[in-house]
Amino acid sequence: MTRISVTVDGATYADDVEPRMLLVHFLRERLGKTGTVVGCDTSNCGACTVHLDGRSVKSCNVLAVQADGSEVTTIEGLAHDGELHPMQAAFHECHALQCGYCTPGMIMQSIDLLNENPTPTEEEIRSGLEGNLCRCTGYHNIVRAVQTASGQQTSASATLEETAS
Amino acid sequence: MIPAQFDYLAPSTLEDALAALAEHGDDAKIIAGGQSLLPVLRMRLNAPELVIDLGKIEALRGVRDDGDAIVIGAMTRHIDVLNDPLVKENAFVITKAVEQLADPQVRHRGTFGGALAHADPAGDLGAPCLALDAQFVIAGPGGERTVEAVDFFVDLFATAIEEGEILTEVRIPKRAGWGAHYEKFVRVAHQWPIVAVAAAVKVAHTDAGATISEARVGLTNMGSTPLRARSVEQALIGQPPTDAAVRQAAASAAEGTNPPSDLNGDADYRRHLVTVLTRRAVLAAAGA
Repeated sequence: MTRISVTVDGATYADDVEPRMLLVHFLRERLGKTGTVVGCDTSNCGACTVHLDGRSVKSCNVLAVQADGSEVTTIEGLAHDGELHPMQAAFHECHALQCGYCTPGMIMQSIDLLNENPTPTEEEIRSGLEGNLCRCTGYHNIVRAVQTASGQQTSASATLEETAS
Repeated sequence: MIPAQFDYLAPSTLEDALAALAEHGDDAKIIAGGQSLLPVLRMRLNAPELVIDLGKIEALRGVRDDGDAIVIGAMTRHIDVLNDPLVKENAFVITKAVEQLADPQVRHRGTFGGALAHADPAGDLGAPCLALDAQFVIAGPGGERTVEAVDFFVDLFATAIEEGEILTEVRIPKRAGWGAHYEKFVRVAHQWPIVAVAAAVKVAHTDAGATISEARVGLTNMGSTPLRARSVEQALIGQPPTDAAVRQAAASAAEGTNPPSDLNGDADYRRHLVTVLTRRAVLAAAGA
């Protein structure tokens, strides 16, 4: 067992973990933060994306011991006082989900994308989300949600465009 | 999927890491960013008794100017290589390759040295390093040694790094003012290339027009190691960066290669593909 101390969604946790424990399992099974999901378990799909020291990572491809001394933000740490994070609100408004399984990872990666590039083009959004798979193939509204969250498109105008086309 | 049990050490100095490696021999495995190793451990293709994490050795991170070369620390994350102005100015083909390596999450975590030490023939960094005549600095119990890129890549997933040794940094001779491009052919955006071509060229502009004065071309996934397309390089010298001239020079890109056959394409397909990608890469590098 290895002693680690990790700050997750603002609270610091100290725990003894097996070195082989993946960060995603630590979050889900030790801390009960089941908002972060395991999708493919092969570091392809990005459903388990969290922020580690401010940058997006696939938490199924990081050992919990590697996160020792770090800060982790999960989908559960985004809303404050019952108010959704703007990206969560945009996903809600634009109906940027079908089954919803990829949504936690999509939202975490979309936030990272806007942190790096606050006004991305559609192409930059698609390329910035290349590590996240939506097997319902609902990418269209996900891209719109990111455009909406970046202030480049209102959800109302998105609806109008859709009606017009 | 969960890896088999292992012990874990995270030393804060290279000396401590080398000492642990000396003590445990081939029962130990080095982890850098873990983006290639962790999938291997989860699928239990490898089950080391000890994992030595280099993540706390700050001295192995960062890019520095060293006169006629730039030096990239082995633990420098891909995202930091991508954003580094020294790399962009002096080894632009590296920037272009890292830009297309895997996906943002993997680039945030994976490291320059880790990817090169892993030596996946479909990895994106080998070809540009080979094309630029990079030198690999390897530390071991007896001190430090430097290996030329052409000797570093030995075979599939095999490098000149011996048991008990750790790759510490990669020196890349400066080539400021060269144009560069990495042309990568993939089926799925964030996957490994089926074939990719790294091209760096220097274009001279005279009254007679533009001509290619120097050229470097590296090939990804055209054999068990990254390869140089030397015949293409020679054929490009003195040519104008036009479609016709570059097409003719690129026609020999498959010479001396031994590409794999798999579900993405057989060897003959790759031999054709590499000529197309070489033409595109060289034209883009030359700004044509």
